[in-house]
Amino acid sequence: MKFSDEVVIEAGHGAKNYWKDLWKNRELLWILSKRDLSVRYKQTAIGAAWAVLRPFATTVVMVFVFSKIARLKGDEGIPYPLMVLAGITIWNLFANTFTQISHSILINSNLVTKTYFPRLIMPLSSVIVGFIDFLISLFLYAVIAIWYQHPPNWQIILLPVFVLLSLFAALSFGLIFAVMNVRFRDIGQLIPFLVQIGFYVCPIAYSGKLVEANHDVWWYDIYYLNPLVSIIDGFKWCLLGDGAFFKIEHLYSAMGIIALTLGISIYYFRKEENSFVDYI
Amino acid sequence: MQVIVAEDISKKYIIDHQKAMRKSSTFRDTFSEKFKHFFGKGAQDEIEKEEFWALRDVNFTVEQGDRVGIVGHNGAGKSTLLKILSKITEPSAGKVTIKGRVASLLEVGTGFHPELTGRENIYLNGAILGMKKHEIKAAFDSIIDFAGVEKFLDTPVKRYSSGMYVRLGFAISAHLSPEILIIDEVLAVGDADFQKKCLGKMRDVSESGRTILFVSHNLAAVQSLCNRAFYFEHGQLKMQGDTTHVVNNYLSHVAKTNLEHYWETPEQGPGNDQVRFRTLRIDPDFQEGKNYIDVRTSVKVHIEFWNMLERADLNLSLHLYAFTGECIFNVGTTSQSFEKGLVTATLEIPGNFLNDGSYVISIMVVKDTSTVLFQLPEALSFEVEDHREGVTWYGKWPGYVRPQLNFQINQSEVLV
Repeated sequence: MKFSDEVVIEAGHGAKNYWKDLWKNRELLWILSKRDLSVRYKQTAIGAAWAVLRPFATTVVMVFVFSKIARLKGDEGIPYPLMVLAGITIWNLFANTFTQISHSILINSNLVTKTYFPRLIMPLSSVIVGFIDFLISLFLYAVIAIWYQHPPNWQIILLPVFVLLSLFAALSFGLIFAVMNVRFRDIGQLIPFLVQIGFYVCPIAYSGKLVEANHDVWWYDIYYLNPLVSIIDGFKWCLLGDGAFFKIEHLYSAMGIIALTLGISIYYFRKEENSFVDYI
Repeated sequence: MQVIVAEDISKKYIIDHQKAMRKSSTFRDTFSEKFKHFFGKGAQDEIEKEEFWALRDVNFTVEQGDRVGIVGHNGAGKSTLLKILSKITEPSAGKVTIKGRVASLLEVGTGFHPELTGRENIYLNGAILGMKKHEIKAAFDSIIDFAGVEKFLDTPVKRYSSGMYVRLGFAISAHLSPEILIIDEVLAVGDADFQKKCLGKMRDVSESGRTILFVSHNLAAVQSLCNRAFYFEHGQLKMQGDTTHVVNNYLSHVAKTNLEHYWETPEQGPGNDQVRFRTLRIDPDFQEGKNYIDVRTSVKVHIEFWNMLERADLNLSLHLYAFTGECIFNVGTTSQSFEKGLVTATLEIPGNFLNDGSYVISIMVVKDTSTVLFQLPEALSFEVEDHREGVTWYGKWPGYVRPQLNFQINQSEVLV
């Protein structure tokens, strides 16, 4: 008999071929994502229509509250509802992916306690699920942009950059929360709360220009420490065109922060993943 | 060739006594503990951290093609060992070298999603167990055939009967083609026919030169399938070698659990100023060549106590409990008048009456058939091992008792 591999299991040493193992398990990654997607709308009457209905309903409410009641104005030459929808689209990508990553280990606890595979598969499958939801929302945006006859400019080709950045941001924060969630169930309580705060702190229902107008206030620098701010601004700029507010300088610091957090969170996740089963 | 080499593997858990009741901790607990600790109060008596060694310095080797049965009490470290070998948890110390692809089956149907159909779950479970998509596809027909669920292939598994669920789960894992197969207690589920299939499948696997590690409480199955056995106790590998030898040793060890108590003087014995126990003993009438109690063995329970009362009407009441707490029976002696001094009683529990399992005896001394003078809740405990003849079924025999009743079967008519 030919032996395909030799494994050494030792205290304190993670699997030696971790990244290779991860690649070998790509089919599992895909199938777990497929499971999450196909399970979600089982026994619902309207099924996958929920994926479109939810962002649409949020947008309608936002547009009504902010433009009719609070009388906020969008950027010059850009339909306000379209700006809100663009903001919600990218924010939902981040928020949904982040939330799902944070819960990914706990939700799959039956797998964690009974079988081995690189644990990163679980958060990564949440990324795929989040991305597919995003594609549906983007389609909704496209339909409404056609309705408003507001085609994108050349910047649209940069859209993947911001989508990718947003996924990296979700992964970098989500991994840390996923690990902590295994030991402290408080995290589960905290997440919806954080997402809600984020929704108002980020320039979704309003334009970044309103913040820029305040650039001499003390909280201005702190505001831009949030990497999501410039990702959202950039995403809106890609979809809405030159009229949308976006300052590329802010993006560099955001990328730095995301890269740093991502490094730390992957390190932390790898360090803790072998003990998940002992605490879950 | 050695396919598994384990060197000094240990696994330590930290048990937090204060939080033992709670499933998981919260920030508040951690913070408040830190706080208390900072002010130096309550740290010792409230937070009692205890090390628990689920496995301690375990060494063994497994040769290619070995079928190793792993036996031991609950909590002896068997499952922890399997988890380490399957890479689910890492050892606290030591090293294991494994040659070959490992598949572990710690549960039947791991990761089955109740909302997904049988078909979808085959792919899901197969991927979780490490099969490639083309492997699953190739084995697909054979899986549904083995499980016998072709009619329900497109039904969500939440609508499956528990038998179908288990059959499907096992069928998938039976089609794994690992070099080393690790199995934890899968025979505890399913019906006779299914279990026969499982054992047959496991034999096929081992005959093709693969290695099997098999944990089971079912010693009959271990004996029929395995050529070697490991006996674990308190996290240590107590014994290894030929299956029959190890299993017999394990059984005779089990049987010694709590069979006898003796107190020299009344001051030492449990009781009060009215009655005190002197002897509590279980005398098994072992089967020939055996030194443990099995379902055929009759046992005598001897009880001796000091009566400190001047002339009293006393009787004994004995409860036999299953390990899980249900009362199997309660018997009482007749009430008689006794002088101050020693009183003895004997109860015979016949063979072919109790089912296999663990039992606990509690004894009460009663005065005037109404007043309980003293009660000893866990006076004695013993285990009854399984024994079967002329059956090919190895599942857990159901029921609290396993009496041999007169059950006749005859051919009453022949159709020509």
